[in-house]
Amino acid sequence: MPEEVKKKRLTDVGPHDYHDYLPPMVKKNYGKWAYHEIMDSGTMVHVAESGDKLYTVRVGSPRLVSGSFVRDLCDIADKYCGGYLRFTTRNSAEFLFEDEKNIEPLKKDLEKLGLNVGGIGNNVANIVHTQGWVHCHTSASDASGVVKSVMDELYEYFVEEKLPSKVRIAFACCLNMCGSVGSSDIAIVGTHRKPPKINQERLLNLCEIPSTIASCPTNSVRPDVTADGKQTVRIVQETCVFCGSCYTVCPAMPIADPLSDGVSIWVGGKVSNARTKPTFSKLVIPFIPNEPPRWTKVTEAVKTIINAYKEGGHPGERVSEWVDRIGWSRFFKITGFEFTKYHVDDFRLAESMMNYSAYTRL
Amino acid sequence: MGKKHQTPLLDELKKGKWISFVREMERAAEKSPRTEDLLGQVEESYRDKITHWKHGGMAGVKSYGAGMVGRFSDSPEKYPGVKECHSMRINQTSGFFYNSDVLRKIAGIAEKYAGGLLNLHGATGDIQILGVTQAEAEDAFQAYAELGFDLGGGGSDLRTPSCCVGPARCEFSNYDTLKICYDLTREYQDELHRPSFNYKFKLKFSGCSNDCVASASRSDLAFIGTWKDNIKINQEEVKNYVKKFDVQKYVLDKCPTKCMWFEGDKLVIDDSNCVKCHHCINEMPKALKSGDEKGLSILIGAKAPLVTGPRMGMMLVPFYDVNEDSKNDYEQLKGLISNIWEFWDEYGVSRERIGELIARVGLVTFLEGVGLEPIPEMVNTPRTNPFIKFEDEDAAQ
Repeated sequence: MPEEVKKKRLTDVGPHDYHDYLPPMVKKNYGKWAYHEIMDSGTMVHVAESGDKLYTVRVGSPRLVSGSFVRDLCDIADKYCGGYLRFTTRNSAEFLFEDEKNIEPLKKDLEKLGLNVGGIGNNVANIVHTQGWVHCHTSASDASGVVKSVMDELYEYFVEEKLPSKVRIAFACCLNMCGSVGSSDIAIVGTHRKPPKINQERLLNLCEIPSTIASCPTNSVRPDVTADGKQTVRIVQETCVFCGSCYTVCPAMPIADPLSDGVSIWVGGKVSNARTKPTFSKLVIPFIPNEPPRWTKVTEAVKTIINAYKEGGHPGERVSEWVDRIGWSRFFKITGFEFTKYHVDDFRLAESMMNYSAYTRL
Repeated sequence: MGKKHQTPLLDELKKGKWISFVREMERAAEKSPRTEDLLGQVEESYRDKITHWKHGGMAGVKSYGAGMVGRFSDSPEKYPGVKECHSMRINQTSGFFYNSDVLRKIAGIAEKYAGGLLNLHGATGDIQILGVTQAEAEDAFQAYAELGFDLGGGGSDLRTPSCCVGPARCEFSNYDTLKICYDLTREYQDELHRPSFNYKFKLKFSGCSNDCVASASRSDLAFIGTWKDNIKINQEEVKNYVKKFDVQKYVLDKCPTKCMWFEGDKLVIDDSNCVKCHHCINEMPKALKSGDEKGLSILIGAKAPLVTGPRMGMMLVPFYDVNEDSKNDYEQLKGLISNIWEFWDEYGVSRERIGELIARVGLVTFLEGVGLEPIPEMVNTPRTNPFIKFEDEDAAQ
């Protein structure tokens, strides 16, 4: 190509100005919304101070989508929404429009495409999740497959409001916990149970020893010397907590293992400040083996939690508030989950987790 | 045309009512044949119960150190289409607003230069394009840049900031989350594209304490909308809510500080004791609104478990005005962020998030480092242990 017609290389253009993609009614009423009402589990209306009404229909998404899926959504947006659409922080898509009469035909068109309308109000919203075996090198489990299996089981709770309050479920395929997994009503987390295996030959070429040692939260990666006198590391098996942090910095310490990897289940996290402070999810099931393609034991466990909460939660109570009210001893009794030594914290905040009182439910 | 790889396990995940990612991968493969090999490799993971991606690997575009995640198959001979299967992060728009024209183009580029698969959106907020090779990375990047989109963060840098829907479509928002997210992202392009930090650093913006971007549980600095003055009450609308449901039981009794009660049929709020939890406003949006003196609280130090355990964001600045004179306010805010980054740069060690650094050196040391005073809002209670390290100059007085 002749030099003069070469285009200038673009860098640092920054994010696109969002103003270009705000629907006209949003622009007009920006910052001047008066209130909103949930019409059903997939529809809400925002009413502006001007009296303008903006309808939103929310539709679930697997997050990992094809270009064809994007064009499907775009066709709907063109037909009903002047071409505008947005996504939520939980990976659902939202169609915003002004004419109430469009609600039903829009939903019908979405259903024709096999899409699921719901996720608004006291129900299970779309599951936030990570890449898993589809695209991650540190995963202890797949993500999309577990999420699909759980959402198939909980479908009725996505499309209908049948729970005491909203339930936020999240999945992370390792302890890196991409996304806000650790403060969800129900968190499913990919879990390793064996220490990394050291490939001595590769370690010498690939890893920086001080940073590998520093990567360990429990000081279990120690300096060592090989038989032929080269610097390396060893793992203190007794104190390794299988977090995989060392593998993140040193490729020669793979930790994934088909026989011992799986997921753990955590309950009662919350990020909103409403009524109670934000809190992390707590361990309820230390380990369930990977059972592709359907992870039946995982979906059963999640359903057990949902059923117990549906039965026992007071209206408006999030899972964390329900468990705070009934106590963890009752939670384990109701769900039938076994309380084991693994449930007792022994890490940084362990001391703060004990019951310093005579309070007990007998 | 027959399938390149048989995928009996993945096929099971095409059944059921929830929309199937396997179907999406198959649709992507129709346009981008390399994704057939991705299906094959994922099927193998389902058989073997282990990931088939090699550890990391480099991928990127010229003059950037971030924005792509390198991914190489551990079985390239079997799955040549995913020998390289990098992802490219595209900085999303504030509030995730798009139109059909630009989304079709974004998808078209993903089909032309990658595997036709997208994450809408990634956990931090970016659009991700899966299946880019190093050879195509530059062309894909330039195609997005011409569309007015840039790459997102990655590695030890400022990760792509993100925000809630904010004032665009939410009556609860106490500041313009979209504007500040856009402004700060543009300001920090260098920090975002060229990693020079100890570790990742995240900024997230929520318009109210419902915190729809989960800023307080995952971002090093969480900006959460709040207000200073009194909740505005529409007594007529309160009466309408009383007719509809048990306001005493579901609103007043749930108030964490019991700062509201009825005097006759009039709702009274002791605003001096309101902690801005937002429950009453959530329940009665027609009757209650946050005050006129709006701004945000800044929480610091949230992070996921690695390396030294998860942390929730802790209160650093109870009230910060970003509405009065946003240009000036943003400049001051950037000054605070710079101070925090300088302290982190000076005293943090590799892979130490700001929350972990504060835990290691102590909150007071950090506050002195960045020029803030300790205030009661930062703690649940004052200390209960008597091991006080008095300083010499205080002891001499």
